[in-house]
Amino acid sequence: MSARPRQRKPGLPRRLVHVVLILFALVFLLLFLVLPLATVFVEAFRQGVLPYLSAIREPEALAAIRLTLLVAVIAVPLNVVFGLAAAWAMTRFEFRGKALLGALIDLPFSVSPVISGLVYVLLFGAQGWFGPWLDAHGVKIIFAVPGLVLATVFITLPFVARELIPLMQAQGSEEEEAARVLGAGGWQMFFRVTLPNIRWALLYGVLLCNARAMGEFGAVSVVSGHIRGLTTTMPLEVEMRYNEYDYVGAFAVASLLALLALVTLGVKTLLEWRYRGELAAHAPGGH
Amino acid sequence: MRRRVLPGFGLSLGYALAYLGLIVLLPLAALAWKASGIGPHGLVRLLSAPRTLAALRLSIGGAVVAALFNVAIGLLVGWVLVRYRFPGRRLLDALVDLPFALPTAVAGIALSTLYSPNGWVGAFLEPFGIKVAYTRLGVFVAMVFVGFPFVVRTLQPVLASLEREVEEAAESLGARRWQTFFRVILPMLAPTLLTGFALAMARAVGEYGSVIFIAGNIPMHSEIAPLLIVQKLEEFDYAGAAALGAAMLLLSFVLLILVALLQRWSNRWAEVSQ
Amino acid sequence: MRKFVPALLAVVGLMLSCMAAAKDITLLNASYDPTRELYREINSAFAQQWKSAHGDNVTVQMSHGGSGKQARSVVDGLPADVVTLALGYDIDAIADHNLLAKNWQQRLPDNATPYTSTIVFLVRKGNPKGIKDWGDLIRPGVQVVTPNPKSSGGARWNFLAAWGYALKQPGGSEDKAKAFVRELYKHVPVLDTGARGATNTFVQRGMGDVLIAWENEALLAQRVLGKDRFEIVTPSITILAEPPVAVVDANADKHGTRAVAEAYLQFLYSPQGQEIAAKNYYRPRSAEVASRYASQFPATHTFTVHDLFGEWRQAQAKFFSDGAIFDQLGPGS
Repeated sequence: MSARPRQRKPGLPRRLVHVVLILFALVFLLLFLVLPLATVFVEAFRQGVLPYLSAIREPEALAAIRLTLLVAVIAVPLNVVFGLAAAWAMTRFEFRGKALLGALIDLPFSVSPVISGLVYVLLFGAQGWFGPWLDAHGVKIIFAVPGLVLATVFITLPFVARELIPLMQAQGSEEEEAARVLGAGGWQMFFRVTLPNIRWALLYGVLLCNARAMGEFGAVSVVSGHIRGLTTTMPLEVEMRYNEYDYVGAFAVASLLALLALVTLGVKTLLEWRYRGELAAHAPGGH
Repeated sequence: MRRRVLPGFGLSLGYALAYLGLIVLLPLAALAWKASGIGPHGLVRLLSAPRTLAALRLSIGGAVVAALFNVAIGLLVGWVLVRYRFPGRRLLDALVDLPFALPTAVAGIALSTLYSPNGWVGAFLEPFGIKVAYTRLGVFVAMVFVGFPFVVRTLQPVLASLEREVEEAAESLGARRWQTFFRVILPMLAPTLLTGFALAMARAVGEYGSVIFIAGNIPMHSEIAPLLIVQKLEEFDYAGAAALGAAMLLLSFVLLILVALLQRWSNRWAEVSQ
Repeated sequence: MRKFVPALLAVVGLMLSCMAAAKDITLLNASYDPTRELYREINSAFAQQWKSAHGDNVTVQMSHGGSGKQARSVVDGLPADVVTLALGYDIDAIADHNLLAKNWQQRLPDNATPYTSTIVFLVRKGNPKGIKDWGDLIRPGVQVVTPNPKSSGGARWNFLAAWGYALKQPGGSEDKAKAFVRELYKHVPVLDTGARGATNTFVQRGMGDVLIAWENEALLAQRVLGKDRFEIVTPSITILAEPPVAVVDANADKHGTRAVAEAYLQFLYSPQGQEIAAKNYYRPRSAEVASRYASQFPATHTFTVHDLFGEWRQAQAKFFSDGAIFDQLGPGS
């Protein structure tokens, strides 16, 4: 695409339209995105910096942070491998039922979080399909870390695949085919050609997947059992403190999650800015 | 079969299917099995109960309206972000993903803090008699929040790749700006907008965490379907909860299938036209 | 090898010292929402007492949530050794799944409820709407905040208290009670899912004129959130809320914690336990402790679930199960 499209210098009415449209967008983003975010930080620091710091240094908060990190560290790599496999199959081959597979990958986006927690209770709960067997063998899934991981994996399953599929679709497979023709092995091709080509989209998918994994509330709430210091993740800790009238504490922990969201978005923006050319070249529909 | 020069079809598809099977299909089978415990009569009774209908109407209706709103505002924001250059653009662009990343419970608490009568925005709206928190409008606000990024993010790459030449050609043929937009740009964007709409809607229909804090949760009025599921669970009515959940899931799934087919169709169409 | 030997010695030494030292026992108490502060204090006091009596370290882990949700979690496999819930029906539900004996309510004194509470009103400072009794709640322009009885145990007590008030009025009848609660719920702008959620809506969001709440919640909210902002109104007649406790037999036996679990619940009845309950705004069963906290708990006429509705199961079936009276009240019906 040419760097500067030929364009007449915008006339006054058109510039007015620009400004009005931008203002509209700004007002919406302010009301729906900026203000809620600001609320979190304002409430967290309502009593100053010291109460904030002591709130996030309480042992329960630290335990929640550790657990949240642990769950994310297990769940995200699982979904990365899945995302890579699914994207490879979906974009490099033709097969029947592709649309169905695509819809299945998107499905967890639209499953009510309540349901995504419930299904694991139905499977692994004491009254569930595998419950009695697990109980007899002393394996704990629900109300323990494995349950939290499963629910989180379910919720965040589409993120990596969703990022990769359009990109790999747009990139096409010429480079990989060339590598094969030149005698590269399958994994060699994957690590030398495919991975470098998709690394930024992959990283972005990982970031979003991670943010969502750490922030999931509904599904995790169903399978957690809310045992303080053992099975409460950060979002549950937020709710718990809110329910204890510890508003500063609740918003302090929430602010950590919001901060995570901001860092995620910041890194993503940085990536886009730094590797703009590369990304633009690979943008879906780009040419 | 073209492209069979590439390896790993069996491995990648097999792995993806096995993973989906374990993580998504097996649990959903458990859901379907539990839901079947309610029996056909039970299902009819459940789905025709006024309270269920009211909750479904709110969840689906609210999601449709919120998704429509998101399509409009998402188009505007996407357009502004892609086409215009102004200070702070990049910051706004990053913010769009916030609802993806912000935990729903935090979003719910923040939104209800903001839009309740004593919140920053709520207090401003109060004199005009507009109540947001604890009304259906609150449900709408939360649903817009969770669905918004889906529309913008589906739209942005397509907007970026729209060929200006087409617009300019239209304009040089004497079309007015708004004519170009409605006659040329909008039809080209239609499939993408529909995808964004479906994703935003599917997300909003099931949303629980953020809505629950800002909705009034009054039965028949501001009670969403996922809340009804939770209440069924409280009554130890697992079958009823599962049935309601399965019904909602089916709806979302049909919607997503339609989107996937539509995407394929528009991809093919694009390939042909190229 | 030179490094290995000292390491081995250290490990063996550590193991020996552990064996000589006290046993570590962990209990899990699945409780409902408003008992957080109470059990935080109970747990440390009980740990001290057990340590001095038996030498072992007891850590009581807590799980809090809506009473019904907690019961469901235990049924689904939450390994709670004891449950301390908002109402008897929820423990009955656990007993229905054979996790504890059906006669659990006879195993401890006072129907297995070591402390009680009542249902009162929390109003804004100065009581601007002049709320004195249940009848005032349905005056035009009064907005009432109470959680949803379908999902909140506390809200069920609220509902039954309102019903009982109407029933006990001169000329009261089932129909009049139904009309009263129907009118009452028309004045409710927000039905939160839990008692704590309702308090937050009333206090933080400034919704409504009256919060119907547990007495212990109202007193706690007043202390935590400011005496200068809220007043408590005790109605002329209200329900005696009896939150029961029980050992979950199946879990305690599996963990080998029955003795500790039983002692833990017994501790609630001890003078020290009763004192802590009173300090945390629960009405103690012990008359002696109650007399010292008389100023905190104004005398009021109370009735029990048993007086008016029989067993909790019957009350649940009549009012709160699917299609029962509460469902018939909906604004649309």
